[in-house]
Amino acid sequence: MSPDQLFQLLIAGLTIGSIYALIALGFVVIHNVTGVINLAQGEFAMLGALIAITLTSETPLFHRAFTVNWNLPLFIGIVLATLLVMGVGALVYWIVVRAPRTDSVIIQIIITIGIAITLRGIALITWGTDPFRLPEFSAGPPIQIGSAVLTRQDLWVIGSAFALMALLYLFFQHTFIGTSLRACAVNRTAARLMGINVSYMMLLAFVLSAGIGALAGIVIAPKTFMGYDTGTYLGLKGFVAAIVIGGLSDERGAIVGGLLLGVLEIFAAALISSGYKDAIAFLVLIAVLFVQTTGILRRGAKREAAGV
Amino acid sequence: MERTTISTSRDTASNPTLVPARQIKMLARHPNLLAFGVLAIILALLPFVLGNNYQISVLNFIGLNTILTVGLALLMGYAGQVSLGQAVFYGLGGYGAGILAQRTGLPPFATIVGAAIITGLIALLLGIPLLRLRGHYLAVATLGLNVIFLLIATNETDLTGGPNGLVMPTDLMLGNFVFDTDLEFYFLIWLVTLAILALSLNIVNSRIGRAFRAIHSSEIAAETLGVNTARLKLQVLVLSAVYASIAGSLYAYWIGIVSPSDFSITFSIELVVMVAIGGLASVWGAIFGAAAVTLLIELLRNFLPQLLRGASGEQQIVAFGVILVVIMVLMPEGLTTGTLKYIRKWREKNQVNSQQ
Repeated sequence: MSPDQLFQLLIAGLTIGSIYALIALGFVVIHNVTGVINLAQGEFAMLGALIAITLTSETPLFHRAFTVNWNLPLFIGIVLATLLVMGVGALVYWIVVRAPRTDSVIIQIIITIGIAITLRGIALITWGTDPFRLPEFSAGPPIQIGSAVLTRQDLWVIGSAFALMALLYLFFQHTFIGTSLRACAVNRTAARLMGINVSYMMLLAFVLSAGIGALAGIVIAPKTFMGYDTGTYLGLKGFVAAIVIGGLSDERGAIVGGLLLGVLEIFAAALISSGYKDAIAFLVLIAVLFVQTTGILRRGAKREAAGV
Repeated sequence: MERTTISTSRDTASNPTLVPARQIKMLARHPNLLAFGVLAIILALLPFVLGNNYQISVLNFIGLNTILTVGLALLMGYAGQVSLGQAVFYGLGGYGAGILAQRTGLPPFATIVGAAIITGLIALLLGIPLLRLRGHYLAVATLGLNVIFLLIATNETDLTGGPNGLVMPTDLMLGNFVFDTDLEFYFLIWLVTLAILALSLNIVNSRIGRAFRAIHSSEIAAETLGVNTARLKLQVLVLSAVYASIAGSLYAYWIGIVSPSDFSITFSIELVVMVAIGGLASVWGAIFGAAAVTLLIELLRNFLPQLLRGASGEQQIVAFGVILVVIMVLMPEGLTTGTLKYIRKWREKNQVNSQQ
């Protein structure tokens, strides 16, 4: 395999990997602050993409009962779609954390499964089984590097994913609210004793994760068709990415896990067999878990030992 | 020993009609036995009340799902291990019986036993590393196994028939008797289900069952009391896998074909939902959860279109999701315990009102 081919595969892997990384980040933020594994995380991505597509281009809805043609500018469509999905995130917070008459995490996780099924069903009613696609964010010929080709949308995906991660880093490290969120992740009881409104922080975690998920779905929408069931698959991959390196509790682990998973998948598909592409990702995951039962970074083990 | 003999002789002397009364007392002391008997009688009579094949086949699905759910409830509720890949063992049973029948020419019932043994061994081999994982990690690893299983079933066309599925080469036969109607399978499936229920109730109420509950409340405490937690968890995983395999083989012979979509991740998740709705850690809850979810899906399919003009499969999905969320939000202990709790509350309220 020539270096150019290698580079080409690497780019493809990093592109899909940055989407996995963003979704994994959503899992980690919610899990750290609330202890819940939100299995509806992939549905946020699906909703974000489909709403953005509806706002910006001609879309038939409800079995072609009527067609909307709002044609909003792309940027406004993206912002509106993200805000709407963040609203859904707030609703999910209320249903998962506030409403249940229990603290049992298993029950809360099953509730998120129910929410995922419901959101998928609503999307199926609204958009049907047709796949949709967003136009590329900027037109123009692809960029040549040697004989490898980099499409403009690849750049958009990788660029916006990293920009978002950088923004989140600044938010978590250098703002008061971000620090409060981290305090909740370390120890909720202690955070409450320090006067942090933990319920508000949990709400914020859900809203933030919904926003991250929606943006992930939106930036990948020009590269892949989005349908009502795309979210499930994105969510599964994000879940694996979140767990394998950082054990669901480390943001950097989630990002590295996502990128690695993307690259691994693309290489496996190219070198071994595209039919077993997904199996290879999961085999690696299971192999890693067998060697290191709490994710590579082991922060999860320390947290467990501390009884958090 | 001595005391019992004395008391019985005194009772018999004072009351000549005591024999049936004592049996009733015994049943009251063993509510499981009573419930089991009632269930068996209802099940034996049900086919004569219900006429059509559709209703029988729904009952068959409830039976198969009960077998699966009982195993998963033991694993989740008693041993505290969440598996999102129970469909793998179900699939191994289905494909296993089919492939054995195709390649070895074993009699059908032997293929069911053979598939169960193979599935049990696979569960044993997988379980040794898997059960070192806890909580989320076990969940994601079992989920991964399900993905891998589906891909193998789809891609290894020579062995599994690929996406089109594997047609069972023969009918299920016992001697000269051929099981080929839904009703015949009804009796077979529920006989097996009852046997598995009885076995599971016995396990739960035995020393092993108490050890399971100890593990569930605190693994460390159980270990310090001399319970070999690793071995017990492995045993319950193998047991649940064997249950699932038997259900899978019965399903394969009943329907006549197995394909990858029968063993999807969605189905694995549905099984977890059945356990949760029945109430974790309850063998009786498992049958209730299996029945409730299976019936709910069927009811939504049949009656939603009548209630809501033009409703279709799409609305069913939403309704299923919403009902699942509502039940889990309002009754996190599961439908059985949850309903009892609500009734008790309502009664207490009434009593307070009447006293005032």
